[in-house]
Amino acid sequence: MSTRRVEMIGAWMLGLLWVLPLLYAVWTAFHPAAYATHFNLAAPLTLENVRKAWDAAPFARYFLNTTILVTLVLAAQFLVCTPAAFAFARLRFPGRDVAFALILIQLMVAPEVLMVANYRSMAQLGLVDSILAMALPYLGSAFGIFLLRQTFRQVPQELDDAARLEGSTLLGRLWRVYVPLARPTYIAYGLVSVSYHWNNFLWPLVVTNSVSVRPLTVGLAVFASTDQGIDWSIITAATIMTSAPLLLAFLLFQRQFVASFMRAGIR
Amino acid sequence: MLKGTARSPSGARPKDELQRLSPWRDRGAAPLASLYHRRRDPLQAWLLVLPALVLLIGFTHWPAVATLLDSLFTTPRGARPARFVGLANYADLVDDPVFWKALANNAWYAAVTIPVSVALALLMALAVNAKLPGRALLRMAYFTPTMLPMIAVANIWLFFFTPDYGLLDQILGVFGGGRHTWLGDATTALPAMMAVAVWKEAGFFMIFYLAALQSMPPDLAEAAGLEGASRLYVFRRVTWPLLMPTTLFIVVNAVINAFRLVDHVVVMTRGGPDNATNLLLYHIYETGFRFWDTAAAATLTMVLLGILAALAGVQFLLLGRRAHYR
Repeated sequence: MSTRRVEMIGAWMLGLLWVLPLLYAVWTAFHPAAYATHFNLAAPLTLENVRKAWDAAPFARYFLNTTILVTLVLAAQFLVCTPAAFAFARLRFPGRDVAFALILIQLMVAPEVLMVANYRSMAQLGLVDSILAMALPYLGSAFGIFLLRQTFRQVPQELDDAARLEGSTLLGRLWRVYVPLARPTYIAYGLVSVSYHWNNFLWPLVVTNSVSVRPLTVGLAVFASTDQGIDWSIITAATIMTSAPLLLAFLLFQRQFVASFMRAGIR
Repeated sequence: MLKGTARSPSGARPKDELQRLSPWRDRGAAPLASLYHRRRDPLQAWLLVLPALVLLIGFTHWPAVATLLDSLFTTPRGARPARFVGLANYADLVDDPVFWKALANNAWYAAVTIPVSVALALLMALAVNAKLPGRALLRMAYFTPTMLPMIAVANIWLFFFTPDYGLLDQILGVFGGGRHTWLGDATTALPAMMAVAVWKEAGFFMIFYLAALQSMPPDLAEAAGLEGASRLYVFRRVTWPLLMPTTLFIVVNAVINAFRLVDHVVVMTRGGPDNATNLLLYHIYETGFRFWDTAAAATLTMVLLGILAALAGVQFLLLGRRAHYR
């Protein structure tokens, strides 16, 4: 019994240790600078830091850019990966296995690794400093194809056959039989993709250089590195602000998020 | 993000085979149309795959080949075009102390962060899986860092590590510790970066252990418990072996991340002090986009690709052998 208690205390200590840096940041962001490193329960709460951060850099534009980027990536990934996954799951065609093996290579080689060559491709396409350039290397997603293929393979063949008997075309069956049945996988993949691209930094940093394109992460890095007189209260306020939408979504839909990440990880 | 792995290479399923031979295949359509369909099947399949394949080849396979070619030429500068130099860039790389420093740093970084975050992830999953009071809250505490952008994490920890003001120095001050520039000292800068990576990733890996633990039949452990086996024994002989495929999956992802995620280096240290926190991908970024030396950056990228390919090989061998677990 007592070992159980020790374990419980250990688990909670670890939990406390884990939220400490974040709580500290939240504290700093919502208290006057004088209390940033000085803990006092009577310290007045304030939104002044958030307001200052919001005024000091074009965060509204950055939010818009990130939203466009995330939406574009998600929509294109669904559109590109769905037919490919379906073909790999249910059709037989010469070269299928070679093509699938080629696609799986991307699971090991993330686009960031090839940023030097990809940057040159973007320069040749005249796309440097555009939202499309940030999105393009991620649109053909091996992970998405793999995940959807696994799901499509579990769709009962009888349903496919029944739709075929009713005269459904290939694309009709994909749209009316497979896609609706794969809904949980789409949600799981969507959450993983949105949180990945909301947080993505290195490639957007490389391929953008203007305010009208920059996503939140790059905007935040630029903001924090241009000497704000190292006012930590404002920098942490900006940090919390940029993470807030995803964090709030996670806190509200925690169960779905966790279930989705699990679903995306196991097969 | 999660990277998947092909677990079970799939042959033709008997059902697919049956369906192919089924006498009422295509009966719904007119005979002529069905003939047309059968002839066009491979073309149709390729059309479905084409967009994905074009994007993947354009932004993964082609750049990889281009990188190989670039690594054999000089960097074109101004009027001077690129010139073929064979393996000279690789010879330069071998003589470059910064490269070796970055490689060694990355090896240390991987060797510490991977076991620590995997072990913590397992402990977290066991804790959350047990019937603890308030375990939903605990799970949230562990998982939340995963949802933050690495840039935000870096800013938070930058503040955490600030000399004097930072929480770390304040806590240590209570115990009589003095001022310490955690990120400015070559001996503590890399461990500080490791702490950030572990904090960000352990909760993410916990999810996979949790999923595996929850799908495990409880009667196994119960039966062992009735036999009088200690919990440690049950864990060592039953739970841990059953978690093996999950562990492999997590380790592969952890290794990829150890070579892929350098956002915090960009924000917190820029590889310094004196290259103490320079990691391979950060060195590629610096060489390619701050010194604009594409040949050297391509050569470095080839090394990274080599490491990832070796990893893929190891994974294939291990998972191939472990496939019977599934």
